Amino acid sequence: MARPSPAKIGIGIVRTDAPQKLTGTAKYIDDYKIPGCLHAATLRTTIAHGRIKKITFDPAFPWHQFAIARAADIPGLNNVLFIENDQPLLTEDKVMHPMQPILIVGHQDRAQAYEALKHIAVEYAEENPVFSIKDSLARRQLLRGEDNIFKKFLIEKGNLDDGFSQADLIVEGEYKVPHQEQAYIENHGIAAWVENDGTIVVRGSLQCPYYVHKALVKIFNRPPEKIRVINAVTGGAFGGKEDYPSLIAGHAALLALKSGKPVKLIYDRAEDMAATTKRHPAIIKHKTGVSKNGKLLAQDITVFMDGGAFATCSGVVLSRGTLHATGPYECPNVRVRSCVLATNTPPNGAFRGFGVPQTIFAAELQMEKIAAALNLSSLELRRRNSWKVGTITSTGQELKESVGASKCLELCVKKARYDKKRKEYARWNADPGKPTWKGIGLALCHHGAGFTGSGETILASRAAVSLLKDGRIKILTAATDIGQGAGTIFTQIAAQALGMPASLIQIEIPDTALVPNSGPTVASRTTMVIGRLIERAAEQLKNELMKSTGKVPQDRTALKKAARLLCDGRSAKRFEVQYEKPADITWDDDLYHGEAYGVFSYAAIAVSLEVDRLTYEIKVRKVTTAQDIGKAINPTLAKGQIMGGTNQALGYALLEYADFRGGWMRNSQFTNYVIPTFADTPPMDVFLVEEPYSRGPYGAKGLGEMPMDLPAPAVVSAVHDATSFWFNEIPVRPEHICSELIKAQRPL
Amino acid sequence: MRGAPLSMTVLRPQSAEEAVSLFADNPSAKPLAGGTDYMVLWNMGGANGQCLLDLSGVKEWRTIRKTAAGLSIGALVTHAELRDDPVLRREFPLLARAAAVVGAEQIQNRGTLGGNIANASPAADTFPALAVYEATVKTVSRKGTRSLPLLQTFSGVKKTNLEPGELITAIDIPYLPKRPHRQLFRKVGTRAAMAISKTVAAALVWLERDRTVCELRFALGSMAPTVRRLKAAEEFVKGKRLTAEVAAVACELLKNDVSPIDDIRSTAEYRLRVSRNLLSDFLLS
Repeated sequence: MARPSPAKIGIGIVRTDAPQKLTGTAKYIDDYKIPGCLHAATLRTTIAHGRIKKITFDPAFPWHQFAIARAADIPGLNNVLFIENDQPLLTEDKVMHPMQPILIVGHQDRAQAYEALKHIAVEYAEENPVFSIKDSLARRQLLRGEDNIFKKFLIEKGNLDDGFSQADLIVEGEYKVPHQEQAYIENHGIAAWVENDGTIVVRGSLQCPYYVHKALVKIFNRPPEKIRVINAVTGGAFGGKEDYPSLIAGHAALLALKSGKPVKLIYDRAEDMAATTKRHPAIIKHKTGVSKNGKLLAQDITVFMDGGAFATCSGVVLSRGTLHATGPYECPNVRVRSCVLATNTPPNGAFRGFGVPQTIFAAELQMEKIAAALNLSSLELRRRNSWKVGTITSTGQELKESVGASKCLELCVKKARYDKKRKEYARWNADPGKPTWKGIGLALCHHGAGFTGSGETILASRAAVSLLKDGRIKILTAATDIGQGAGTIFTQIAAQALGMPASLIQIEIPDTALVPNSGPTVASRTTMVIGRLIERAAEQLKNELMKSTGKVPQDRTALKKAARLLCDGRSAKRFEVQYEKPADITWDDDLYHGEAYGVFSYAAIAVSLEVDRLTYEIKVRKVTTAQDIGKAINPTLAKGQIMGGTNQALGYALLEYADFRGGWMRNSQFTNYVIPTFADTPPMDVFLVEEPYSRGPYGAKGLGEMPMDLPAPAVVSAVHDATSFWFNEIPVRPEHICSELIKAQRPL
Repeated sequence: MRGAPLSMTVLRPQSAEEAVSLFADNPSAKPLAGGTDYMVLWNMGGANGQCLLDLSGVKEWRTIRKTAAGLSIGALVTHAELRDDPVLRREFPLLARAAAVVGAEQIQNRGTLGGNIANASPAADTFPALAVYEATVKTVSRKGTRSLPLLQTFSGVKKTNLEPGELITAIDIPYLPKRPHRQLFRKVGTRAAMAISKTVAAALVWLERDRTVCELRFALGSMAPTVRRLKAAEEFVKGKRLTAEVAAVACELLKNDVSPIDDIRSTAEYRLRVSRNLLSDFLLS
């Protein structure tokens, strides 16, 4: 028996992309020098709702120097195929939101392309716009169908009336969350060109190459093999590059087709923020019945989300938000009703958390309100209701394994010294001589990993491990490394499965001509679902190696020898696997009943903060969090994900506010759309909890989104602990505390 | 990136004299010092077609000089240099502290005091400190040199009383007659760094032996179109002991000298309340 090779997982190996990124040699899309390329700029609508009457080109402008692509130039469908077909690639007539693309102008000099936009006049016939959930719900103007609703859901469990009639106490609350910008470090950008054989190639900053591929096939009416989508090194996405790159790719490729020249279409920050998707704003209402000993008896929850002008992935965001709306708490009688509505703003879309930060904000604050009404600590209330093995969720799913909710909660409060801090802060706050008020807040959440319900079965994702004749091993997947470290994780998983040093394994560029369709890089599914596919493919390769050589090569020379044998004259031997639906998972999409997710991850957080008594500035002093992710393939990267997501959520809770007026984001630059800097980032103690999931690679489950889900309610509850004011809406800013103090006529 | 370099003319004087002469001949040129605000405009294409007077070659305006009366800070001295200068830190600590919270270190490395004044933002962090130190702005043009008291340098939001062809050469700060009893600098921004002030305060107070106020100087930024000294409050407390009642009246008088607004960063209500808190706390601490 050969000695088992040392573990490749569970250790924090250095990211495989670190050298390139640290030395600046990683090539982002705008770093590519493309000879003879045109720089494109986008003419956009300036009204929220109406029709285009006329487009006039300034006759004195040298238009012969420019290439122009319009809707009439589209060979196929003027539609960005995603979930629905309602979003045009270029606006012909009907205007549904400001910043809707009308046409694309290209010039060799980027500044000239922008200059040209000033010489095109668009006349509109305006119609009444709708900007709020309330007005859309009231059908102030009909934007879509009979009721302005993109999608609605209903979840029912038990009998709500019975639950409320047994309750000793009924608590009601209404909560509101705003837009949030993904604020990836690299703006959107795509380059496109047409090969001699007619293949349209796009390369760019994107999250889901096959989504772009699917849209381009329809737009250009070409067979799938004549469309090629290549992922460039991508500087962050957070969901923001899930659907919008399909538009940009369509625009760039259309101009490339029209002009016969390569085209680069790179957004600057102002355009990127104003035109592309944001997190869905939401209003969430809770009515909860509880017994006097703090057992949840009935939860009646209503969720309204603002979808913006087109469907994009709003229905799916709503679905996930709806499925998480109860919080990780067991309740015998539940009703969740939800809908996402049309408004005349740019479409909202995917953003880390995907509906869950919205509904968890409401669920967790509701728990605080219930605890306050019962005069019970919210920690105790959570202990009495949180999910455990055997729990039946709101959709009737029985949790059979890997439920780390209470483990996370207990570890978090112990490490944060939660009870001690509460007492200590109460004493501090009682002393009028102190310069600040201090507070600590708690939150608990769950996050379903992978696509909802039968989503993974429908996706039927594929991934492969390939042994090349020259002795290289390549992982082939369309799952992109957009900064989260997916490439490193895949390398570690393959190395572990093969029993081989990670240095022998490479990741193929996600390129639709080279890699199979692994589905989108979303939904906290990459490690758990694609990682598992890579583990299986690597196991197949290992078996072949064992069969033909009797051992697994441990260095390049041995691998080369084995490769020559296995490839048998061909350039490579490929081991490709496909997702297989576990037999015991059932889901009813009509009733919204069954196994909503294969497994959930869990997290608890304690946030300590101080509020300045003179300026009401809020300074987060400490974050302590425990997160159950099944297995940390790379603990360093896992903690990095958690810290980054937590900081993004602290911005959501305390700083970020997209100032929409007339359907426009007026603060579409980082001067006034304020996100946290490192100077705002508090010290964080992160603890990983590992309750293994039997179907994840080495027990791993989802991680990427959950850190975004839970800080906001903990912050608001800490602000309450400090100031005794409840805020039902984020961001909570010093101005809001100031207003409450003035209203309460409380002295300094 | 919408800036079109080919559409722009850049003048590059190598001395103060040449700068004055080039500016006189091209009065519509935009003087460029650290460029920290200008580059934002440039990036958005807002400077296309413009003529630029690049002052990076003018070495005469880059030093902090000690004079008999005080310090003379060259217009091209950066915020990083102000932040780190030992004499400034000792004699005019409020200005050094203000320079240390402008933007972040990258901005401090490039942004200059003269550029900051010429840019005339109502929210500039150094202005309240310069206002309580009663700084003078020295300028030069083909017509000659001028001295403008800081408060008279600004005429509105992003507007100065500088004439076409006139360049800032230095900012003179006189030594204080005595050490103040208390001093304050406080920036209240939207976040911990890279923030624009919602309100920004600088203050000095001298007390008599009997604890009555000899002199109070209190200045606020972001509270009006230009930086303001709280004349009414300063006048009121003179000769009085700083009791809670006196402080309360001073806080009431604060609003006579400011006109805060609601904007994307904050509200008038907040700006006023926090400014009053800062004044009250300063007077009573």
